[in-house]
Parts: sequence; structure tokens; C-alpha cells
Amino acid sequence: MKLLKLVPDNTNIGFVAVRKWAFALTALLTVLAVGATLHKGLNLGVDFVGGLMIEAKFPQAVETDKVRSTIGSLGVGESSLQQFGDPKTVQIRLPLPEQGGAGAANAVVEKTRKAMVAEFPGVTFSRYDTVSGKVSGELIQNGVLAVVLAILGIAVFSWFRYEWQFGVSTFVAIVHDVLMTLGFFAITQLEFDLNIIAAVLTIVGYSINDKMVIDDRIRENMRKYRKMDMKSLIDLSVNETLPRTVMTSVTILLALGALLLLGGHVLRGFTAAMMLGIIVGTYSSVYVSSSLLISLGLSPQTSEKKAAKKGDYAGTAERVGPRDDGAKP
Amino acid sequence: MLNFSRWAIAAIILPLAIGVLCAIPSFLPDATVAHLPRFMQTRVNLGLDLSGGSHLLLEASTQDVAKQRLTNMEEQVRTELRRGDPKIAIGDISSRDGKLSFMVREPSQVDAAVERIRPLTQGAGLTGQRDFNVEVVNSSTITITPTDAGIKNAVKSAMEVSTEVIRRRIDEMGTREPTIQQQGDNRIVVQVPGLQDPKALKALLGQTAKLEFKLVDTTANPAEVAQGRAPVGSEVLPYVNNPSGVPFIAVKRQVMVSGEDLSDATQGYDQSNQAIVNIRFNSSGGRKFGQVTSQNVNRPFAIILDGKVLSAPNINEPILGGSAQVSGSFTVESANQLAIALRSGKLPVNFVVVEERTVGPGLGADSIRAGLIASVVAVVAVAVFMFVSYGRFGMYANLAVAINVLVILGVMGMLGATLTLPGIAGFVLTIGTAVDANVLIYERIREERRRGRNVVASIEHGYKEASRTIFEANVTHAIAGGIMLALGSGPVKGFAIVLLIGIATSVFTAVTFTRMVVANWVRRTRPTDIHI
Repeated sequence: MKLLKLVPDNTNIGFVAVRKWAFALTALLTVLAVGATLHKGLNLGVDFVGGLMIEAKFPQAVETDKVRSTIGSLGVGESSLQQFGDPKTVQIRLPLPEQGGAGAANAVVEKTRKAMVAEFPGVTFSRYDTVSGKVSGELIQNGVLAVVLAILGIAVFSWFRYEWQFGVSTFVAIVHDVLMTLGFFAITQLEFDLNIIAAVLTIVGYSINDKMVIDDRIRENMRKYRKMDMKSLIDLSVNETLPRTVMTSVTILLALGALLLLGGHVLRGFTAAMMLGIIVGTYSSVYVSSSLLISLGLSPQTSEKKAAKKGDYAGTAERVGPRDDGAKP
Repeated sequence: MLNFSRWAIAAIILPLAIGVLCAIPSFLPDATVAHLPRFMQTRVNLGLDLSGGSHLLLEASTQDVAKQRLTNMEEQVRTELRRGDPKIAIGDISSRDGKLSFMVREPSQVDAAVERIRPLTQGAGLTGQRDFNVEVVNSSTITITPTDAGIKNAVKSAMEVSTEVIRRRIDEMGTREPTIQQQGDNRIVVQVPGLQDPKALKALLGQTAKLEFKLVDTTANPAEVAQGRAPVGSEVLPYVNNPSGVPFIAVKRQVMVSGEDLSDATQGYDQSNQAIVNIRFNSSGGRKFGQVTSQNVNRPFAIILDGKVLSAPNINEPILGGSAQVSGSFTVESANQLAIALRSGKLPVNFVVVEERTVGPGLGADSIRAGLIASVVAVVAVAVFMFVSYGRFGMYANLAVAINVLVILGVMGMLGATLTLPGIAGFVLTIGTAVDANVLIYERIREERRRGRNVVASIEHGYKEASRTIFEANVTHAIAGGIMLALGSGPVKGFAIVLLIGIATSVFTAVTFTRMVVANWVRRTRPTDIHI
């Protein structure tokens, strides 16, 4: 049986040579994403803006307009309706009553339920969330804090583990990934809720994982080929790890694809975010973060000093040498 | 590295076997699990989004606690100074801006007054911290200011009592396996799985259930009462069902008997078949109630719940039996709720629901089904992909992934962790990332082969070089997961738990376990070339 190889052996693609283009394209896309986020805004879920979310399941397909007018006549505030694929399921969002606290929110749910049951017999509320403004504020705060801390924490980790250039290039690439994800949510107007924060954090984790693997190879090659110039060295490292980068992205996309198509509507936004993040993260690993190391002035000497100082690569001496070192006939 | 001693093999297989074993009960029906030995009863709990149920976040108003304490203090000061011996006359009592101040009429008694108040303000803690600061201002006015530590202690103890009371109330409702946990300083999370309609639950938690019996002040001028003014020693309370039509009534401040003196409360019916709550006093409560009713025959008394008058019946004869009926236009349901609330004690502080998430059991079941199908398809897709890419080695990786999934479930069962819908997403993602470790290793082996190393050296090098990368990459993943666990709420946490456990177990299964399997194969067959 012939085994599948997505990437042929010994590729030699000049990633570094096109870095100016890659940087320009990346900057453009990032600006567009930020622009879209600022201009269109995110479709924040009740988790983050507070309010009432009811998911109603109807025995047969319904017209959202009819549901809207039924709720509109109740005087419980302006409703916003959304359907995800399934014509029998409608998500209704209502503002939280300004006064009366918990009891009032209850009353709104009950009032809506009564009116809906009268208008559409057999309708059930398969779930509903009420989040007060105070809690939603905290959720936003914690969510933003979590993402910022994760990015910083990991950037600091790769700075201590390697050189500062790695920390900075990883940081830049991750910020790019997060901004692109935000832009995606602004353009598609998919609901941005708590699950998406988890998705963003996972994207951050995954994308860094990707960069770590390449960075690790760059470090290894820097010790191996002391005389090689940085450009060819980075190209070599990215090319060497390319089969793995592609394989892993494809496997994860396969798994996520199954989740997107079959995992039910509750997880759809989450999965979409993850898939986009994987693609963007892979792109930024290959084209942005490693090439950025050159622009940041990484040179073999800096690596040497740090390695000598830390002394934790004592065991690497055996790897210094030509490629076929260790090969026995 | 290709030689694994028996001990090493046992050390690898044993934990995996335990993990897989612990995962089994999660797939068995309840009845079967009950027959298993205790250590095998480890099961993964399903989150509310999968099992259906309600999640409520209740927040106590801390200002209420502070205010309540100040009111109590005012009462204590009055009793101590006015009724004590010698009497100290005070006036201008006010509690504003969170502090209590009053004037001592006789300036020479100021020091004596301070002396007498001091013991009331001492905290109960061991640190000797005061709960209140006592100060003399303008030579005759005394102010009592609660200290921050005092308020904090009061909130803390109020929360402890509340958690207990809420637990009792929910237990009385007979719901299955509720979770009641304090969160932060002033919040309580209540999670009740399988509850279709949390309306009753919220009604039950929404009332503090402070029950008081007070005499009605019949001397009060009805016109003044209607404007909210009461004679000295009395107060005006809302009374919605007042037969006179005015929704207010004046009652004496002094409490005849309060809910603390109850020994039982049950729902019942009166002669006209109206729902009521029958209450039974404990001995001291019964005695007090008997005494006051004997002295006040033919006068009305008020039954007050949470500061609102429910009814104000006439005392036709002394009530000596130690029991009473609480009426007040109840439905059977609301009478039953009040009975439960009274039995479980009053909440020391008011709670509001700041967050509620309810998932119907139908959606939960749909989510489980969709999650399962997606997981199976994901596993099959990844497994096929790995096989066509790496052949025999791909199958080893697949075996590792399969074991990994079971071990994650087993570890979750052992930790009593909860599987949520985002958790299922975490599973699917873990399947994807777990093979990454194998991809790294196998790609490295391919590379080493291309460089001309022999089979054994390539495999050895592949595992060795890739392990370092895998370790570092997983540390970064763990950082993100740890932050999610620390800062995330609900769904994010559920995701983070699976991710973190998955990181730990996948390194073990994908690196250590496959290395053992590969080593075993290489030793047995001594291949001169490998198909990878």
C-alpha cells in the first residue's frame, strides 16, 4: 500500500523571500478585521450584554415574522429573532426588564410562554437563559482577562524558553489570530458568547503549539548549522516541519468538520470559530511568525549565548554536525 | 530505548488499565453500576446542558446585611441604656450613612453610656477585632460605626447560614442531586439537574421567610396610618388584603413570637377549605404565644411574612396549645412553599437571581446524541486518515487515541468532573491534538530515514527529538487551559477540564504508550525497512 503524503519529501519553498508580501497581506487583513469589528460590531450574546434568551422549539416549521409579531404585541421590549438552519427552532432574545429583578424576568418568560402556546400550540422552550447586567459585565471582564493573560503567559513562556524574538513574534502572530477571529464574527454576525471565548483560548493554545514546533526546529537547526544564514535556516526549518504542520491541521479540521456538520446547533459557532482559527493559525505560523524573527534581528550568536548561559542543552552536542551524522550502514 | 523492562511495561499498562476500567461505569445503566464495588462507581457527571436542568446564580445584598446589623444594634442600644440600670436617657437616634448616632440627654452620663455599649460592639472572633467603633462627637453624641472586618464577618456568617437554609429548602422539594455552592463573597450557585420548570424553585428561594407575630396597634389614627405615620412604638406595614380597604396597618414594634420559635410547619386547610399553613411552636414559643394571647383577648394580632402583613385575625380566646394557623389567601402551592420555607428556617439575607440558565431535557438529549455522532465520525475520519498516512504506525496512534479517550473519561470519573457540551467539543479537539504528537514523531522518523539512519536509530531519534517539542507545545496548551479553568465560568470550565486532562493523558498515550508498542514490534520482527 502506498502511504498518503500530503506534502512531498524535501520541499524547499522560499517562505522567507515572500515575507514582505506576507506581512503586507497580513497587515491588510488584520486592519480589515479590526475595521469590521469596529464598524459592524460583534453580535454579543446574552452572556455579555445581559438579557433574556429563549430557544423555542415548534412542532412544525414557523415563520419568524409571525413569532415576532406575537411577541411584539406583549409589550416586553424589542425582540430579536434568529434561526439556525432548523426551521422549527427559533431563538428569541429580549431585553431584561429594568426593574423588579428576578421576579420580573420570570414574569416575562411566563408571559411569552403563554402567548406563544396560545398562538402556536405544542411549542416548547427547550432552553432559556437570563443574565443580569452585572453578571454579564463580569463575564466580559473575565473573558477579556482570560484571553489577554493566556496570550501574555504564553509569550512570556516562549521568551524564557528561547530568545525574546520568539516571544515577540509569537505574540504578534497570536494577536493577529485573535483579531482575525473577531473580524470573522463581526462579518458573519454569528453570536459571540461564552463558548466563543473558550474557542478563542483554544485557538491561542493551538496556534502557539504550531509556532512552538517550528521555533523548536529553528533552535535545533541554529545549533546544528552554525554557519548557515538566518534566511535559509528559517526556510529549512519551516520546510522540514511542513509535513507535520499540514498533517496536524488537516486532522484537526477533519475532527472539527464532523462537529460542525453533526454536533448540533448549540456548538456551531464554537466549531466555526475553531476551524477559522486553525486555518489562520497555521497561516501565521508558516508565513508570519517565523519570518518575523529575521525582521526582529535573530542571529545564531544570540542563540548561542543563551544556550551557553542556561546550559540546559548540554545533550545537544551530539547533534552538531552534518545531516547524515549517526547513520550507520 | 527499545528495551522496556517488565517493570516499565507494567508501569505503563497499569495506569492505562485503571483509567479504562474507571471509564466503563459511565457507559453502564444506573442499576448495573449500583451492583459494582464502590471503587468502580466512578462516573462522569453530565452537565446541565446535557442532562437538562436549571442553573441559578443567587446574589445576596450585602447592604441588607449591614443595614440589618445596624437595626439590631439600635435595638440593643435602646434596651441596654433605657431599660438597664441606671437608666440613661437617649434621644435623636438615627441610622444614616451606614452608622448609628444618638444623643445622651445628660452629658455627665456620656462616659457611662460608652462603657455600657462597648461590650455590645466586641466581635466574636479570636482576633479581638471590634465589629463596631464607638466614638463620642460634640461631647454628647455617640456614633457607632460598623468596621469593615465586622461587616465582612457578618456577611460571611450570613452566607454560611443561607447556604444551609437553601440546601434544606431544595432537599425538601425532593429534587435529585442538587449542587449548592457558595461562590465568591456573596453568591450562591444552585444547580438542579432534571428540573423542567424552575419557577417553583425560584419562588422558594426568593422569600426570606421571616415570620413574625405582632399585636395590631388599634389606637392608631387610620388617616395617619394611610399616610404611613404610626404612633410611637408602632410601625406601618403593608397589608394588601386589609378588609378595610387601606393597604396599610399599624402594628406594635415589639415581636410577640417569631419564626425562630417554630418547631414545624405544614400545609393544611381551614374550615372553609382555604389553603393555610399550620404551624407548631417550640415550648418557649408556645409559652410566649399563650401569654400574649391571654393578655390580649379580643384584640387583633398581625401575621407578618418578610415585612408584609398576611392577615390580622382577632384573638377570640387565649391560644395555649402551642400551635396556630397562618392564613392569607394562599393557593395550595404557595401554602406548601411557605411551609417548606418556614420549616427550613429564614434566610438571614435577601437573594436575587442574577443569572439563570435552564435547559429542557429534550435539548440535552439532542445534544448528547449529536455530540456522540460527531465524536464517532471524528474518530473514524481521523483514524482512517492516520492509517492511510502512516500505515501500521497510524494504527498504533489510533489505538493510543482510543485508549486516551477512555482514560480521559476514567480520570473525569475519578475526579467527579462534569461533562458539558463544550466538554464534548473538547473531546473532539483532543482527538485531533492527540494525534499531533504522533504526527510529530512519525514525521521525524520519516525525516531521519531520509537522512539515511537505520530503522532503530530513526525510531529512537524520532521519539527523542519529538518528545521535547511535544512537551513544550503541551505546556503552552496547558497554560491556556489553566487560565480557562481559573477564570472561565460554566461552559468554559467544562471545556478546560477535558482539555487539561486530555493534555496530560495524551502525552502519556501518544508518546510513552506508542513507543512501547513500536519497540515491541521492532524487537519481535527486526525490520530492515519500515513503511511509514
